[in-house]
Amino acid sequence: MSKVFVPRDSAARSVGADEVAAALAKLGHEVIRNGSRGLLFLEPLVEVETKDGRIAYGPVSVEDVASLPLATAGAHTLRLGNIEDHPYLKNQERLTFARCGITDPVSVADYVKHGGFAGLKKALGLAGSAIVAEVTESGLRGRGGAGFPTGIKWKTVHDARADQKYICCNADEGDSGTFADRMVMEGDPLMLIEGMTIAAIAVGATKGYVYIRSEYPDAIVTMREAVSAAIAAKWLGANIQGTDKSFHLEVRRGAGAYICGEETAMLESLEGKRGTVRPKPPIPALEGLFGKPTVINNVLSFAAVPFILAEGGAAYKNYGLGRSRGTLPFQLAGNIKQGGLVEKAFGVTLRELVETFGGGTFTGKPLRAIQVGGPLGAYVPASQLDLAMDYETFAAAGAMVGHGGIVVFDETVDMAAQARFAMEFCAIESCGKCTPCRIGSTRGVEVIDKIVAGEDRDANLELLSDLCQTMTDGSLCAMGGLTPMPVMSAIRHFPEDFDKPARLAAE
Amino acid sequence: MSGKHTLLDLTPREATAAREIALRYGNRADALLEILHDLQEHLGFVPEAALPALAKALNLSRAEVHGVVTFYHDYRREPAGRHVIKVCRAEACQSMGANELVSMIERFLKVKLGQTTADGAITVEAAYCLGNCALSPAVMVDDRLVGRVDAKKFEKIVAECRS
Repeated sequence: MSKVFVPRDSAARSVGADEVAAALAKLGHEVIRNGSRGLLFLEPLVEVETKDGRIAYGPVSVEDVASLPLATAGAHTLRLGNIEDHPYLKNQERLTFARCGITDPVSVADYVKHGGFAGLKKALGLAGSAIVAEVTESGLRGRGGAGFPTGIKWKTVHDARADQKYICCNADEGDSGTFADRMVMEGDPLMLIEGMTIAAIAVGATKGYVYIRSEYPDAIVTMREAVSAAIAAKWLGANIQGTDKSFHLEVRRGAGAYICGEETAMLESLEGKRGTVRPKPPIPALEGLFGKPTVINNVLSFAAVPFILAEGGAAYKNYGLGRSRGTLPFQLAGNIKQGGLVEKAFGVTLRELVETFGGGTFTGKPLRAIQVGGPLGAYVPASQLDLAMDYETFAAAGAMVGHGGIVVFDETVDMAAQARFAMEFCAIESCGKCTPCRIGSTRGVEVIDKIVAGEDRDANLELLSDLCQTMTDGSLCAMGGLTPMPVMSAIRHFPEDFDKPARLAAE
Repeated sequence: MSGKHTLLDLTPREATAAREIALRYGNRADALLEILHDLQEHLGFVPEAALPALAKALNLSRAEVHGVVTFYHDYRREPAGRHVIKVCRAEACQSMGANELVSMIERFLKVKLGQTTADGAITVEAAYCLGNCALSPAVMVDDRLVGRVDAKKFEKIVAECRS
């Protein structure tokens, strides 16, 4: 019987991977539940180990299982060949996602066999300042969306004097169109543990938390399994690998509040409180969790660190464009034919991602808009597909790269409805601490309703623009501060959608 | 016999459960979210009667506990149906017809989002991103994610919930 791989990733499970795995096991095959390769449009993807590498079939349904020629890895309508040669995978630059989909996510032995813990091993022999220097050299910027240089953040915490410091991982991946954090936690969680442990050694922290949103039950389970496995193998906990370094890691569940993805709201939540935003300063690097110096990074930031330590900051820096160094795992989502995870160096264009990798819209209708960077990111029109994906280029175009989420809409999208939704979402999820966000979002919904109804359109458009400016300038955090971005970009690029009654009257 | 009950005596199960779970977390106030999750898993919801016991165990005011319970969308104040279906309403799912899916679901189950079906089998709720954005539209049935949901798939889910 053959050794076969069927992902345990929740996206794969959402289209029947469990049933396929069970059917394969029933036929007597040895089934390994790996992470997903990220070719989500081909899930459930079944791979069979051969002497010529792993041959893939997909998307496989339970009904297909009996007909798969796994013993010979032979021809079949679903046969994709050696998965490593698939253009979707082959044309990526996988530094962070190098292992995801290959290994059993919670097997330490598998992880080590595929290069895991090489970065931590190196870090254990370095001074904290040398680790920080390596991360600074890499040019890594915060992958949660803000793009703040990770090395500078770590140096601040390193230089702070305190009896206790903390490492907090923001895994509250609430942005629509993003799932890379989830894929790391479900597909290669030991990499996140390694990255956080390196951070702890670098800054002198002994305690850490992974704050995972409750909408990710599979990620929570896998992460907890991985933490136990890492502790059992002495890569986590007291006296890591027999050294004097210790790091204790706890997995915490969120409770359905989008705002807890904002770093200070997350700290409040980790302290067991309402997830309201804290004013800055003080910055969390100096006064963070329980008032102590705290490194807060996104999953993808920590996940980039093991490579940087193992291969050197310069190796990571070699990828990228301008001041955006390294790679970003982009997430192709929404109305797209070939949705999935595409890790590329910064500088790749939106067109390459959406057309070459993504294959255009799922419905086959013309593409009209793309929301990049989550619900607080701009709507980009089809005419701007040639924008290069890097922080500065996008900022100059009035948009943002954010967490690398790319949501495609076809021509049927109503952009006034999308703008209204942005305000509505902000009203639902605002923590309520500052007025521009709490009140502005509700007023925003009302004003957009008036505009769409044709009531005093010009005056109300001006009012909306003024309201957005107030929210941008006056909000305490990015929730209220960036909600105007999708709203105003929709008005700027798709004004015709805000003018419907006039057009109807004219017809 | 009557007249001697305190509030806690009237609701021993809730208060005892709250105390036991809090103790599992060393009565640490920072673990309040975890404690509430466990309590909800145990009782099906976070009953009002459990809050004073929790506040006492964690050395918090009742107002602080109440504030946390009401801030987070996850904690329900009354029991849900036997199964909870969360329907994603966020942008990626919208681009694949989530709004139409919601209308279909509301017609099919004869309830609005946030309500429970008459037979008590299903509570249906809105969610804002389930992380399945490449296989939209998505729903979550209890803890199980389902992608590429259409009317046929949804009807099958409902049949399973009711069986």
